[in-house]
Amino acid sequence: MEHKLSFKQYNEALKQNKLLGLKCKQCSAVTVPPRIACSQCASTDLEVVELSGKGKIQTFTSVFVPPEGRESECPYVIVIAELDEGPWIMGNLTGIDPNKVTMDIMGEKVKMAHAVFPGDKYSAGDEARPLFSLES
Amino acid sequence: MRKVVVLGVGMTKFSGKQDKTAVELFAEAATDAINESNLKPKDIQALFMGNALSDFAEGQAHMQGFAADYIGAKGIPANRYENACASSSAAFRDAFMWVASGFYDIVLAGGAETAAKMGTPLATRTFAMASDSRYEYPAGITFPGVFALLAHLYSKKYNVPLERLKKQMAQVTVNSHYYGARNPKAQFQKEITVDDVLNSFMVCQPLQLYDCCPFSDGGSAVVLASEDKAKKLTNKPVFVAGVGQASAGNLLSQKEYLPRLRSRELAAEQSYKMAGLGPKDIDVVELHDCFSIATLIALEGLGFFENGRAGEAVEKGDTKIGGKLPINLSGGLKAKGHPIGATGTAQVYEIVRQLRGECGERQVEGARVGMTDTLGGDGGTLCNVILKKGW
Repeated sequence: MEHKLSFKQYNEALKQNKLLGLKCKQCSAVTVPPRIACSQCASTDLEVVELSGKGKIQTFTSVFVPPEGRESECPYVIVIAELDEGPWIMGNLTGIDPNKVTMDIMGEKVKMAHAVFPGDKYSAGDEARPLFSLES
Repeated sequence: MRKVVVLGVGMTKFSGKQDKTAVELFAEAATDAINESNLKPKDIQALFMGNALSDFAEGQAHMQGFAADYIGAKGIPANRYENACASSSAAFRDAFMWVASGFYDIVLAGGAETAAKMGTPLATRTFAMASDSRYEYPAGITFPGVFALLAHLYSKKYNVPLERLKKQMAQVTVNSHYYGARNPKAQFQKEITVDDVLNSFMVCQPLQLYDCCPFSDGGSAVVLASEDKAKKLTNKPVFVAGVGQASAGNLLSQKEYLPRLRSRELAAEQSYKMAGLGPKDIDVVELHDCFSIATLIALEGLGFFENGRAGEAVEKGDTKIGGKLPINLSGGLKAKGHPIGATGTAQVYEIVRQLRGECGERQVEGARVGMTDTLGGDGGTLCNVILKKGW
Protein backbone atom coordinates (compact mmCIF):
# COMPACT_ATOMS: atom_id res chain seq x y z
CA MET A 1 0.00 0.00 0.00
CA GLU A 2 1.28 3.47 -0.89
CA HIS A 3 1.97 6.13 1.70
CA LYS A 4 -0.28 9.16 1.53
CA LEU A 5 2.57 11.18 3.06
CA SER A 6 6.11 9.81 3.16
CA PHE A 7 8.93 11.08 5.33
CA LYS A 8 10.56 12.54 2.23
CA GLN A 9 7.46 14.55 1.29
CA TYR A 10 6.99 15.68 4.91
CA ASN A 11 10.64 16.67 5.18
CA GLU A 12 10.71 18.60 1.89
CA ALA A 13 7.56 20.52 2.88
CA LEU A 14 8.94 21.32 6.34
CA LYS A 15 12.01 22.81 4.66
CA GLN A 16 9.53 25.29 3.06
CA ASN A 17 8.03 26.00 6.53
CA LYS A 18 4.96 23.95 5.63
CA LEU A 19 3.92 21.41 8.25
CA LEU A 20 2.03 18.57 6.58
CA GLY A 21 -0.13 16.05 8.39
CA LEU A 22 -2.80 13.49 7.63
CA LYS A 23 -6.50 13.94 8.32
CA CYS A 24 -8.54 10.78 8.78
CA LYS A 25 -11.66 10.62 6.62
CA GLN A 26 -13.20 8.16 9.06
CA CYS A 27 -12.65 9.77 12.48
CA SER A 28 -11.34 13.26 11.54
CA ALA A 29 -8.25 12.92 13.76
CA VAL A 30 -5.07 14.58 12.55
CA THR A 31 -1.91 12.45 12.48
CA VAL A 32 1.54 13.99 12.48
CA PRO A 33 4.35 12.95 12.15
CA PRO A 34 2.97 10.85 9.29
CA ARG A 35 2.11 7.17 9.52
CA ILE A 36 0.54 4.71 7.12
CA ALA A 37 -2.54 4.50 9.36
CA CYS A 38 -4.51 6.98 11.47
CA SER A 39 -2.98 7.39 14.93
CA GLN A 40 -6.44 7.22 16.52
CA CYS A 41 -8.47 4.60 14.60
CA ALA A 42 -5.88 2.87 12.34
CA SER A 43 -7.87 3.67 9.20
CA THR A 44 -5.78 4.11 6.05
CA ASP A 45 -8.40 6.42 4.53
CA LEU A 46 -6.32 9.56 4.99
CA GLU A 47 -5.79 12.85 3.20
CA VAL A 48 -2.82 15.20 3.34
CA VAL A 49 -3.53 18.53 5.05
CA GLU A 50 -1.36 21.55 5.81
CA LEU A 51 -1.28 22.38 9.52
CA SER A 52 -1.04 25.82 11.08
CA GLY A 53 2.30 25.21 12.81
CA LYS A 54 0.85 26.97 15.83
CA GLY A 55 0.47 25.44 19.23
CA LYS A 56 1.30 25.52 22.92
CA ILE A 57 4.42 24.34 24.71
CA GLN A 58 3.69 21.20 26.73
CA THR A 59 7.18 20.57 28.10
CA PHE A 60 10.81 21.47 27.49
CA THR A 61 14.42 20.86 28.42
CA SER A 62 17.75 22.57 27.87
CA VAL A 63 20.43 20.16 26.70
CA PHE A 64 23.93 20.75 28.08
CA VAL A 65 25.52 17.38 27.22
CA PRO A 66 25.17 16.84 23.47
CA PRO A 67 25.42 13.71 21.37
CA GLU A 68 28.49 13.25 19.15
CA GLY A 69 28.29 15.71 16.27
CA ARG A 70 25.87 18.19 17.91
CA GLU A 71 28.46 19.96 20.09
CA SER A 72 28.33 23.28 18.25
CA GLU A 73 24.56 23.57 18.81
CA CYS A 74 24.85 23.15 22.59
CA PRO A 75 23.23 24.35 24.79
CA TYR A 76 19.86 24.20 23.05
CA VAL A 77 16.21 24.09 24.09
CA ILE A 78 13.97 21.19 23.04
CA VAL A 79 10.20 21.63 23.31
CA ILE A 80 7.20 19.44 22.71
CA ALA A 81 4.34 21.55 21.41
CA GLU A 82 0.70 20.56 21.18
CA LEU A 83 -0.43 21.79 17.78
CA ASP A 84 -3.74 23.62 17.49
CA GLU A 85 -4.90 20.59 15.49
CA GLY A 86 -4.14 18.24 18.42
CA PRO A 87 -0.97 16.22 17.83
CA TRP A 88 2.26 16.70 19.77
CA ILE A 89 5.45 17.51 17.87
CA MET A 90 9.08 17.91 18.92
CA GLY A 91 11.28 20.80 17.90
CA ASN A 92 13.62 23.45 19.21
CA LEU A 93 12.77 26.79 20.75
CA THR A 94 14.66 29.87 19.61
CA GLY A 95 14.83 33.38 21.03
CA ILE A 96 15.30 32.26 24.63
CA ASP A 97 18.43 31.72 26.73
CA PRO A 98 18.85 27.96 27.42
CA ASN A 99 20.46 28.86 30.74
CA LYS A 100 17.48 30.89 31.89
CA VAL A 101 14.41 29.09 30.57
CA THR A 102 11.96 27.94 33.28
CA MET A 103 8.69 26.05 33.59
CA ASP A 104 6.93 29.38 33.06
CA ILE A 105 7.10 28.74 29.30
CA MET A 106 4.88 25.66 29.62
CA GLY A 107 1.52 26.58 28.10
CA GLU A 108 2.92 29.52 26.12
CA LYS A 109 1.79 29.90 22.50
CA VAL A 110 4.38 29.28 19.79
CA LYS A 111 4.66 29.69 16.05
CA MET A 112 6.82 27.59 13.76
CA ALA A 113 9.68 27.97 11.33
CA HIS A 114 12.19 25.19 10.69
CA ALA A 115 15.83 24.20 11.02
CA VAL A 116 17.63 21.36 9.26
CA PHE A 117 19.82 18.73 10.91
CA PRO A 118 22.23 18.08 8.04
CA GLY A 119 22.64 14.45 9.09
CA ASP A 120 25.68 12.55 10.33
CA LYS A 121 27.34 9.27 9.36
CA TYR A 122 24.57 7.31 11.09
CA SER A 123 21.52 9.11 9.70
CA ALA A 124 19.81 8.61 6.34
CA GLY A 125 20.29 12.12 5.00
CA ASP A 126 19.13 15.51 6.22
CA GLU A 127 16.12 15.92 8.48
CA ALA A 128 14.19 19.12 9.17
CA ARG A 129 12.48 19.83 12.48
CA PRO A 130 10.22 22.61 13.69
CA LEU A 131 11.96 25.65 15.11
CA PHE A 132 9.48 27.34 17.40
CA SER A 133 9.43 30.85 18.81
CA LEU A 134 7.13 32.41 21.39
CA GLU A 135 4.18 34.21 19.79
CA SER A 136 4.12 37.13 22.22
CA MET B 1 1.93 -24.12 29.68
CA ARG B 2 4.61 -25.69 31.88
CA LYS B 3 6.02 -24.06 34.99
CA VAL B 4 9.48 -22.57 34.46
CA VAL B 5 12.27 -22.19 37.02
CA VAL B 6 15.23 -19.82 37.13
CA LEU B 7 18.01 -22.20 38.12
CA GLY B 8 21.43 -20.56 38.22
CA VAL B 9 22.23 -16.86 37.86
CA GLY B 10 25.44 -14.99 37.10
CA MET B 11 26.64 -11.46 36.59
CA THR B 12 29.97 -9.71 36.20
CA LYS B 13 30.89 -6.72 38.28
CA PHE B 14 29.41 -3.72 36.46
CA SER B 15 32.01 -1.06 35.71
CA GLY B 16 33.16 1.88 33.68
CA LYS B 17 35.34 1.33 30.64
CA GLN B 18 37.45 -1.80 30.78
CA ASP B 19 39.18 -4.19 28.39
CA LYS B 20 36.72 -7.06 27.93
CA THR B 21 34.40 -7.47 24.94
CA ALA B 22 30.66 -8.02 25.30
CA VAL B 23 31.15 -11.71 24.44
CA GLU B 24 33.79 -12.08 27.16
CA LEU B 25 31.60 -10.35 29.74
CA PHE B 26 28.59 -12.44 28.76
CA ALA B 27 30.67 -15.61 28.95
CA GLU B 28 31.81 -14.90 32.51
CA ALA B 29 28.22 -14.44 33.69
CA ALA B 30 26.90 -17.36 31.63
CA THR B 31 29.53 -19.78 32.91
CA ASP B 32 28.74 -18.79 36.51
CA ALA B 33 25.03 -19.33 35.85
CA ILE B 34 25.63 -22.75 34.25
CA ASN B 35 27.95 -23.86 37.07
CA GLU B 36 25.50 -22.68 39.72
CA SER B 37 22.82 -24.75 37.97
CA ASN B 38 24.95 -27.91 38.24
CA LEU B 39 24.89 -28.16 34.46
CA LYS B 40 27.44 -28.29 31.64
CA PRO B 41 27.47 -26.04 28.56
CA LYS B 42 26.32 -29.01 26.43
CA ASP B 43 23.08 -29.13 28.46
CA ILE B 44 22.01 -25.70 27.14
CA GLN B 45 19.57 -26.09 24.24
CA ALA B 46 19.27 -22.48 23.07
CA LEU B 47 20.68 -19.01 23.76
CA PHE B 48 18.67 -15.76 24.03
CA MET B 49 21.15 -12.87 24.23
CA GLY B 50 20.44 -9.18 24.76
CA ASN B 51 22.81 -6.65 23.23
CA ALA B 52 21.97 -3.22 21.89
CA LEU B 53 25.07 -1.36 20.80
CA SER B 54 28.12 -3.57 20.22
CA ASP B 55 27.92 -2.67 16.54
CA PHE B 56 29.04 0.82 17.56
CA ALA B 57 31.08 0.01 20.67
CA GLU B 58 33.14 -2.81 19.16
CA GLY B 59 32.29 -3.06 15.46
CA GLN B 60 30.66 -6.34 16.45
CA ALA B 61 27.23 -7.33 15.24
CA HIS B 62 25.74 -10.83 15.31
CA MET B 63 27.77 -12.02 18.28
CA GLN B 64 25.23 -14.46 19.71
CA GLY B 65 26.64 -17.51 17.93
CA PHE B 66 30.16 -16.51 18.94
CA ALA B 67 28.95 -16.25 22.53
CA ALA B 68 27.42 -19.74 22.44
CA ASP B 69 30.60 -21.16 20.93
CA TYR B 70 32.81 -19.25 23.39
CA ILE B 71 31.10 -20.82 26.42
CA GLY B 72 31.18 -24.31 24.89
CA ALA B 73 27.53 -24.60 23.89
CA LYS B 74 28.40 -25.38 20.30
CA GLY B 75 25.86 -25.40 17.51
CA ILE B 76 22.80 -24.39 19.52
CA PRO B 77 20.31 -21.92 18.08
CA ALA B 78 21.25 -18.44 19.26
CA ASN B 79 19.30 -15.21 18.87
CA ARG B 80 20.18 -11.62 19.66
CA TYR B 81 17.59 -9.27 21.12
CA GLU B 82 17.83 -5.55 20.49
CA ASN B 83 15.21 -3.83 22.63
CA ALA B 84 17.42 -0.96 23.76
CA CYS B 85 17.76 -0.99 27.57
CA ALA B 86 15.23 -3.85 27.87
CA SER B 87 17.15 -6.17 25.52
CA SER B 88 17.85 -8.99 27.98
CA SER B 89 14.40 -8.73 29.56
CA ALA B 90 12.89 -9.35 26.13
CA ALA B 91 15.38 -12.23 25.73
CA PHE B 92 14.37 -13.60 29.14
CA ARG B 93 10.67 -13.48 28.28
CA ASP B 94 11.15 -15.35 25.01
CA ALA B 95 13.39 -17.91 26.75
CA PHE B 96 10.64 -18.41 29.33
CA MET B 97 8.01 -18.94 26.64
CA TRP B 98 10.05 -21.54 24.75
CA VAL B 99 10.51 -23.58 27.94
CA ALA B 100 6.91 -23.04 29.08
CA SER B 101 5.70 -24.27 25.68
CA GLY B 102 7.61 -27.54 26.06
CA PHE B 103 9.86 -26.94 23.06
CA TYR B 104 13.04 -26.69 25.18
CA ASP B 105 13.85 -27.93 28.69
CA ILE B 106 16.96 -25.91 29.52
CA VAL B 107 17.98 -22.58 27.97
CA LEU B 108 20.24 -19.64 28.70
CA ALA B 109 19.09 -16.00 28.68
CA GLY B 110 21.30 -13.01 29.33
CA GLY B 111 23.05 -10.07 27.83
CA ALA B 112 26.12 -7.88 27.74
CA GLU B 113 27.12 -4.38 26.78
CA THR B 114 30.26 -2.30 26.59
CA ALA B 115 28.62 1.12 26.61
CA ALA B 116 31.25 2.85 28.78
CA LYS B 117 33.84 1.90 26.18
CA MET B 118 32.20 4.32 23.72
CA GLY B 119 32.79 7.44 25.83
CA THR B 120 30.08 10.01 26.55
CA PRO B 121 29.65 11.70 23.11
CA LEU B 122 29.28 8.46 21.10
CA ALA B 123 27.30 6.73 23.86
CA THR B 124 24.93 9.71 24.01
CA ARG B 125 24.54 9.56 20.22
CA THR B 126 23.93 5.82 20.06
CA PHE B 127 21.53 5.76 23.03
CA ALA B 128 19.56 8.48 21.21
CA MET B 129 19.10 6.02 18.34
CA ALA B 130 16.42 4.41 20.52
CA SER B 131 14.32 7.54 20.00
CA ASP B 132 12.70 8.34 16.64
CA SER B 133 15.55 9.15 14.26
CA ARG B 134 13.34 11.15 11.89
CA TYR B 135 10.88 13.00 14.07
CA GLU B 136 12.75 13.41 17.39
CA TYR B 137 16.51 13.17 16.86
CA PRO B 138 16.67 16.16 14.47
CA ALA B 139 15.79 18.37 17.48
CA GLY B 140 18.81 16.93 19.30
CA ILE B 141 16.99 14.65 21.73
CA THR B 142 19.11 12.55 24.10
CA PHE B 143 18.04 10.05 26.75
CA PRO B 144 18.49 12.42 29.65
CA GLY B 145 16.55 14.83 27.43
CA VAL B 146 13.58 12.47 27.20
CA PHE B 147 13.34 12.13 30.97
CA ALA B 148 13.96 15.84 31.47
CA LEU B 149 10.88 16.48 29.29
CA LEU B 150 8.95 13.99 31.43
CA ALA B 151 10.18 15.56 34.70
CA HIS B 152 8.75 18.96 33.77
CA LEU B 153 5.50 17.34 32.62
CA TYR B 154 5.32 15.39 35.89
CA SER B 155 5.86 18.51 37.98
CA LYS B 156 3.13 20.42 36.18
CA LYS B 157 0.58 17.63 35.73
CA TYR B 158 0.72 16.41 39.33
CA ASN B 159 1.30 19.85 40.82
CA VAL B 160 4.54 18.93 42.57
CA PRO B 161 6.65 22.11 42.60
CA LEU B 162 9.93 21.52 40.75
CA GLU B 163 12.05 22.40 43.77
CA ARG B 164 10.32 19.75 45.87
CA LEU B 165 10.33 17.21 43.03
CA LYS B 166 14.06 17.68 42.60
CA LYS B 167 14.64 16.92 46.29
CA GLN B 168 12.51 13.79 45.99
CA MET B 169 14.47 12.76 42.90
CA ALA B 170 17.74 13.42 44.72
CA GLN B 171 16.60 11.15 47.55
CA VAL B 172 15.98 8.40 44.98
CA THR B 173 19.63 8.69 43.96
CA VAL B 174 20.86 8.81 47.55
CA ASN B 175 18.99 5.56 48.27
CA SER B 176 20.45 3.88 45.19
CA HIS B 177 23.98 4.83 46.22
CA TYR B 178 23.32 3.64 49.79
CA TYR B 179 22.57 0.14 48.53
CA GLY B 180 25.17 0.25 45.76
CA ALA B 181 27.77 0.84 48.48
CA ARG B 182 26.69 -2.53 49.89
CA ASN B 183 26.80 -4.45 46.59
CA PRO B 184 30.30 -5.66 45.63
CA LYS B 185 29.17 -5.95 41.99
CA ALA B 186 28.01 -2.32 41.76
CA GLN B 187 29.83 0.23 39.60
CA PHE B 188 29.56 2.91 42.31
CA GLN B 189 30.17 1.79 45.88
CA LYS B 190 30.05 5.18 47.47
CA GLU B 191 27.30 6.87 49.46
CA ILE B 192 26.32 10.39 48.44
CA THR B 193 24.07 13.13 49.85
CA VAL B 194 21.11 15.12 48.54
CA ASP B 195 23.44 18.13 48.32
CA ASP B 196 25.88 16.15 46.16
CA VAL B 197 23.03 15.52 43.71
CA LEU B 198 21.78 19.10 43.72
CA ASN B 199 25.30 20.49 43.27
CA SER B 200 26.27 18.25 40.36
CA PHE B 201 26.43 19.73 36.85
CA MET B 202 23.34 20.11 34.69
CA VAL B 203 22.96 17.47 31.97
CA CYS B 204 19.50 18.26 30.64
CA GLN B 205 17.45 20.67 32.70
CA PRO B 206 16.18 19.70 35.29
CA LEU B 207 18.32 16.51 35.40
CA GLN B 208 21.77 16.89 36.92
CA LEU B 209 24.63 14.42 36.71
CA TYR B 210 23.56 12.37 39.74
CA ASP B 211 19.99 12.15 38.45
CA CYS B 212 21.41 10.05 35.60
CA CYS B 213 22.63 6.46 35.52
CA PRO B 214 26.17 5.95 34.19
CA PHE B 215 27.37 4.36 30.98
CA SER B 216 28.57 0.90 31.96
CA ASP B 217 30.26 -2.31 30.82
CA GLY B 218 29.00 -5.64 32.12
CA GLY B 219 27.28 -8.96 31.51
CA SER B 220 24.58 -11.09 33.13
CA ALA B 221 22.96 -14.45 32.45
CA VAL B 222 20.42 -16.88 33.90
CA VAL B 223 19.55 -20.51 33.21
CA LEU B 224 15.85 -21.31 32.78
CA ALA B 225 14.54 -24.87 33.07
CA SER B 226 11.28 -26.76 33.10
CA GLU B 227 9.98 -27.68 36.55
CA ASP B 228 10.70 -31.39 35.95
CA LYS B 229 14.34 -30.80 35.07
CA ALA B 230 14.79 -28.19 37.77
CA LYS B 231 13.55 -30.47 40.55
CA LYS B 232 16.42 -32.85 39.83
CA LEU B 233 18.98 -30.04 40.05
CA THR B 234 17.91 -27.79 42.92
CA ASN B 235 15.84 -27.80 46.10
CA LYS B 236 15.47 -24.01 45.90
CA PRO B 237 13.53 -23.39 42.67
CA VAL B 238 12.61 -19.79 41.88
CA PHE B 239 9.52 -19.89 39.66
CA VAL B 240 8.74 -17.45 36.87
CA ALA B 241 5.23 -16.58 38.06
CA GLY B 242 4.40 -13.96 35.44
CA VAL B 243 5.86 -12.08 32.49
CA GLY B 244 4.62 -9.11 30.49
CA GLN B 245 5.82 -7.11 27.52
CA ALA B 246 4.32 -4.19 25.62
CA SER B 247 5.37 -1.60 23.05
CA ALA B 248 4.65 1.99 22.11
CA GLY B 249 5.30 4.38 19.26
CA ASN B 250 7.62 7.35 19.65
CA LEU B 251 7.31 9.67 22.65
CA LEU B 252 5.01 12.07 20.80
CA SER B 253 2.57 9.28 20.03
CA GLN B 254 2.14 8.67 23.77
CA LYS B 255 0.74 12.15 24.41
CA GLU B 256 -2.51 10.97 26.00
CA TYR B 257 -0.62 9.25 28.80
CA LEU B 258 2.66 11.12 29.47
CA PRO B 259 4.36 11.32 31.92
CA ARG B 260 2.85 7.85 32.43
CA LEU B 261 4.28 5.21 30.11
CA ARG B 262 1.32 3.22 28.84
CA SER B 263 3.50 0.26 27.77
CA ARG B 264 4.43 -0.24 31.45
CA GLU B 265 0.80 -0.35 32.50
CA LEU B 266 0.05 -2.93 29.79
CA ALA B 267 3.08 -5.10 30.60
CA ALA B 268 2.52 -4.95 34.35
CA GLU B 269 -1.12 -5.92 33.93
CA GLN B 270 -0.07 -8.97 31.90
CA SER B 271 2.46 -10.07 34.47
CA TYR B 272 0.15 -9.56 37.46
CA LYS B 273 -2.62 -11.45 35.68
CA MET B 274 -0.39 -14.38 34.76
CA ALA B 275 0.93 -14.58 38.31
CA GLY B 276 -2.51 -14.17 39.86
CA LEU B 277 -0.97 -11.46 42.03
CA GLY B 278 -1.21 -7.70 42.45
CA PRO B 279 1.06 -4.86 43.57
CA LYS B 280 0.32 -5.58 47.25
CA ASP B 281 1.80 -9.07 46.92
CA ILE B 282 5.24 -7.88 45.80
CA ASP B 283 7.98 -7.94 48.48
CA VAL B 284 10.94 -6.52 46.54
CA VAL B 285 11.41 -4.80 43.17
CA GLU B 286 14.23 -4.01 40.78
CA LEU B 287 12.86 -1.24 38.57
CA HIS B 288 14.13 0.87 35.72
CA ASP B 289 15.77 3.90 37.35
CA CYS B 290 17.72 5.11 34.31
CA PHE B 291 17.02 8.61 35.66
CA SER B 292 15.78 9.60 39.11
CA ILE B 293 12.42 10.79 37.76
CA ALA B 294 12.04 7.42 36.00
CA THR B 295 11.89 5.74 39.41
CA LEU B 296 8.87 7.80 40.46
CA ILE B 297 7.14 7.17 37.12
CA ALA B 298 7.83 3.42 37.42
CA LEU B 299 6.62 3.17 41.03
CA GLU B 300 3.31 4.68 39.94
CA GLY B 301 3.00 2.81 36.63
CA LEU B 302 3.47 -0.54 38.38
CA GLY B 303 0.60 0.30 40.71
CA PHE B 304 2.53 0.75 43.96
CA PHE B 305 1.66 4.41 44.53
CA GLU B 306 -0.87 6.90 43.17
CA ASN B 307 0.18 9.15 40.32
CA GLY B 308 2.14 12.10 41.64
CA ARG B 309 2.63 10.53 45.09
CA ALA B 310 5.69 8.27 44.67
CA GLY B 311 8.03 11.10 45.65
CA GLU B 312 6.32 11.41 49.03
CA ALA B 313 6.76 7.67 49.51
CA VAL B 314 10.48 8.01 48.80
CA GLU B 315 10.69 10.92 51.28
CA LYS B 316 9.09 8.75 53.96
CA GLY B 317 11.50 5.87 53.38
CA ASP B 318 8.82 3.56 51.95
CA THR B 319 11.20 2.34 49.24
CA LYS B 320 14.02 1.29 51.55
CA ILE B 321 14.42 -1.93 53.54
CA GLY B 322 11.84 -1.86 56.32
CA GLY B 323 9.52 0.34 54.22
CA LYS B 324 6.39 -0.58 52.32
CA LEU B 325 8.22 -1.62 49.16
CA PRO B 326 12.02 -1.93 49.06
CA ILE B 327 13.33 -1.15 45.57
CA ASN B 328 16.65 -1.36 43.76
CA LEU B 329 18.59 -2.92 46.62
CA SER B 330 21.27 -3.82 44.08
CA GLY B 331 21.91 -0.09 43.74
CA GLY B 332 19.66 -0.02 40.66
CA LEU B 333 20.76 1.23 37.29
CA LYS B 334 22.01 4.39 39.00
CA ALA B 335 24.61 2.87 41.34
CA LYS B 336 24.95 -0.74 40.19
CA GLY B 337 25.40 0.50 36.62
CA HIS B 338 23.50 0.15 33.36
CA PRO B 339 25.27 -1.93 30.68
CA ILE B 340 22.03 -1.82 28.76
CA GLY B 341 21.98 -5.26 27.14
CA ALA B 342 22.79 -6.86 30.51
CA THR B 343 20.40 -4.86 32.68
CA GLY B 344 17.23 -6.97 32.50
CA THR B 345 18.77 -10.28 33.49
CA ALA B 346 20.91 -8.49 36.09
CA GLN B 347 17.62 -7.38 37.68
CA VAL B 348 16.50 -11.03 37.61
CA TYR B 349 19.86 -11.98 39.20
CA GLU B 350 19.21 -9.63 42.12
CA ILE B 351 15.61 -10.75 42.68
CA VAL B 352 16.54 -14.45 42.56
CA ARG B 353 19.24 -13.85 45.18
CA GLN B 354 16.80 -11.85 47.32
CA LEU B 355 14.32 -14.73 47.20
CA ARG B 356 17.09 -17.16 48.11
CA GLY B 357 18.14 -14.94 51.02
CA GLU B 358 21.68 -14.39 49.73
CA CYS B 359 21.93 -10.59 49.81
CA GLY B 360 23.60 -10.00 53.17
CA GLU B 361 23.08 -6.55 54.64
CA ARG B 362 20.75 -5.52 51.81
CA GLN B 363 18.52 -8.58 52.25
CA VAL B 364 14.74 -8.16 52.54
CA GLU B 365 13.89 -10.64 55.29
CA GLY B 366 11.31 -13.20 54.27
CA ALA B 367 10.97 -12.01 50.66
CA ARG B 368 8.78 -14.49 48.76
CA VAL B 369 7.73 -12.60 45.63
CA GLY B 370 9.86 -10.18 43.60
CA MET B 371 9.43 -8.20 40.40
CA THR B 372 11.59 -6.70 37.70
CA ASP B 373 10.75 -3.74 35.47
CA THR B 374 12.81 -2.85 32.40
CA LEU B 375 12.20 0.03 30.04
CA GLY B 376 13.54 0.14 26.49
CA GLY B 377 13.87 3.56 24.87
CA ASP B 378 11.13 6.03 25.77
CA GLY B 379 8.49 3.35 26.26
CA GLY B 380 9.00 1.52 22.97
CA THR B 381 9.63 -1.65 24.96
CA LEU B 382 8.56 -2.44 28.51
CA CYS B 383 9.10 -5.82 30.18
CA ASN B 384 8.05 -7.05 33.62
CA VAL B 385 8.88 -10.33 35.33
CA ILE B 386 7.39 -11.66 38.59
CA LEU B 387 9.44 -14.30 40.39
CA LYS B 388 8.25 -16.47 43.26
CA LYS B 389 10.08 -18.51 45.86
CA GLY B 390 9.25 -22.19 45.36
CA TRP B 391 10.10 -23.69 48.75
